[in-house]
Amino acid sequence: MTTRMVFSGFGGQGVLTLGQIIATIAMNQGKEVTWMPSYGPEMRGGTANCAVIVSDGPIGSPQVLVDIDVLCALNKPSIDKFLPKVRPGGMVLYNSSLITDALPRSDVDSVAVDATNIASAMGNLRVQNMVMIAGFLKATDLFSINEVKATLQDKFASNPSLLDINLAAIQQGM
Amino acid sequence: MKVLMKGNEAVSEAAIRAGCKAFFGYPITPQNEIPEYMSQKMEASGGCFVQAESEVAAINMIYGAATTGTRVMTSSSSPGIALKQEGISFMCAADLPCLIVSVSRSGPGLAGILPSQGDYFQATRGGGNGDYFIPVYAPNGVQEATDFVQKAFDVAEKYRTPVMVLVDGMLGQMMEPVEFKKPVINEYDKSWVVGARSGRERNVINSLNLLPESLEQTNITRFRKYDEIIANETLFESTVADGDEVAVVAYGTPARIAVNSIEELRADGIKAGLIRPITLWPFPEAAFAKLPASVKHIVVVELSQGQMVQDVKLAVGGRLPVHFYGRCGGMVFESSEIAGQVKKIVRGE
Amino acid sequence: MGKVVYEKSKGLTDNPLSYCPGCLHGTIHKLVAESLVELEVLDRAVTVASVGCSVVAYQFFNCDAVQAAHGRAPAVATGIKRVSPDSIVFTYQGDGDLAAIGMAEIVHAAHRGENITVIFVNNGIYGMTGGQMAPTTLITQKTSTSPFGRKEATTGKPLKVSEMIAQIPSAYYIERVSAHTVPHLVKAKKAIKKAFENQIHGKGFSMVEVLSTCSIGWHMTPVESLSHVENSMMPYFPLGVYKDEGEVIS
Repeated sequence: MTTRMVFSGFGGQGVLTLGQIIATIAMNQGKEVTWMPSYGPEMRGGTANCAVIVSDGPIGSPQVLVDIDVLCALNKPSIDKFLPKVRPGGMVLYNSSLITDALPRSDVDSVAVDATNIASAMGNLRVQNMVMIAGFLKATDLFSINEVKATLQDKFASNPSLLDINLAAIQQGM
Repeated sequence: MKVLMKGNEAVSEAAIRAGCKAFFGYPITPQNEIPEYMSQKMEASGGCFVQAESEVAAINMIYGAATTGTRVMTSSSSPGIALKQEGISFMCAADLPCLIVSVSRSGPGLAGILPSQGDYFQATRGGGNGDYFIPVYAPNGVQEATDFVQKAFDVAEKYRTPVMVLVDGMLGQMMEPVEFKKPVINEYDKSWVVGARSGRERNVINSLNLLPESLEQTNITRFRKYDEIIANETLFESTVADGDEVAVVAYGTPARIAVNSIEELRADGIKAGLIRPITLWPFPEAAFAKLPASVKHIVVVELSQGQMVQDVKLAVGGRLPVHFYGRCGGMVFESSEIAGQVKKIVRGE
Repeated sequence: MGKVVYEKSKGLTDNPLSYCPGCLHGTIHKLVAESLVELEVLDRAVTVASVGCSVVAYQFFNCDAVQAAHGRAPAVATGIKRVSPDSIVFTYQGDGDLAAIGMAEIVHAAHRGENITVIFVNNGIYGMTGGQMAPTTLITQKTSTSPFGRKEATTGKPLKVSEMIAQIPSAYYIERVSAHTVPHLVKAKKAIKKAFENQIHGKGFSMVEVLSTCSIGWHMTPVESLSHVENSMMPYFPLGVYKDEGEVIS
């Protein structure tokens, strides 16, 4: 079983970190994982994206150029760029705060998460990526909330107050 | 315990764990995470970090530090490695060990920063002057990159030679789970080092030799060392089995893409296997010596216009057709693209 | 047995000097060697030889030696000193090596305040390669690549290295001396010794520029060469301390 994911959004929306967290959760599950960022000039201010592959066996290419299983899109340009590359029957988790039009494909499953608005209401726009994790928990069986908590506990071991903020953001998205 | 790390950071951590005590480098994309990591961690581990004024200066600092027998390392990317060739030639001539991590970008010239394998010749043939080679490792993932960094220090000290770990920007930038192994630390003769003399005869590290009879002998002796490296250190991986019609040849991250292509080909009824050179110098000629009789085609895929393919042709020696498919300029082939090319070749299109 | 009143410094090997007749490299080597012996650091000294006539300096200094690529001696010295701080590391460079191809390396070694000693021998010419023009060649001076005399219009004015390096905030001690008369040698020795003392005490980057000759390249007799230093070089390259962070210069 292999799951090929793309995380995409504006620079600053935390999509690279979100991809890393999901890759780390999968690694902690004992899976093979790769995380591959787009790098270079486009990472400065424009659209940022990363590819995450999770598999039971060895992973070939770390790039996800076609046949996306799960697209996590935090802004409109990400939908324009990556939705056509989602495989039929694939999953699209999208930030409905910024992506307000209906998705122009009916052959994919989709879950709307009001990530930016929820984060804004919490007074911390930096957690909009964490709100998106709620979408994963609702729409996929990739991991459980307890596995998310365990990974975040490691990540924020030196700063437990950040752990609480991030867990609260996920809770708000549920 | 596994940790998720970027290739560039993982090789840096591996070097520190292997006892690297000096890093001299210069900023260039896509390897900047290496000097950044070193600047943060080197001092705490009792080592030194210097951001040099140029790649030329950096490699010459490496040359200086290596004369003391210290484990030293530099890293750079294509145009920067070009500038380091002067120092690499001098280090080969003075038989000095060091690790050079090359995270290649596209070329020629300033070109782009995306993945490329256009530096195969630069790594295996060098641009420095004179008769020399350096061992070059081409890992296919973050775990291998860390393993080879640690191995490279040992090989460098064992044979007293610079050693290169060559990766493309994709491997430098990607994250994968890594488990750091306990590094091999062997004790080798260090009677040749300079500094801290305490009574011994003075040592001279030098490459100037104006006496042709003597210089010829020195160079021949160095090539006997290269014979040993060829015999002991050549590495490759092959999945080509009896019944396979095609041997696909690729190194580094493109070899991972080729693994997917081979699966796709098998699903389409074309049996193929992969030959993956792991050391690029010495080139694993043995991988081509005893191919199963079923193999009718060799297909070399590279992120260049064709460099390793020349070594493959030398190794195959005209016994089989050697085909080439490459992308360059930072364009990376998809697995289906390679599979499509192989199908065309097999079907004689 | 007579009383020994003078002997060759233990800081020099028994290898016969290979420099041209009339060349001052041997004299300057002696000043360096004596300083290392008097400061009792010969057994932890590492010389970094450059490219030029003094490429062979590793044969003459009786200490560990590393031969560097052209112009790179300050970078090589940086590498050695950073990982072996107890070593007393010095470069010995000519004007082609230091002031042309190696300008970036010398400037940035000073810029980082590397705790090394640089002996810079300025004779205004590339000696080893056959007398070509150097950045420090005087205006109107004929060399094999300025056969009609150095012209300011196309090659600029001679580079004043000590003045330039003295402007670098982290440089600790910069002095220009000359090797053309005995009184000047006495001063040169003091400067060289001080440059090593600075390193021993961890003060940082010290450079002594020594005005020297090249009878062969200048097409002069050794005696004419010494006068040329006095009459032509010294007016353009004034002797003196250009920077001394250990003392206030009045």
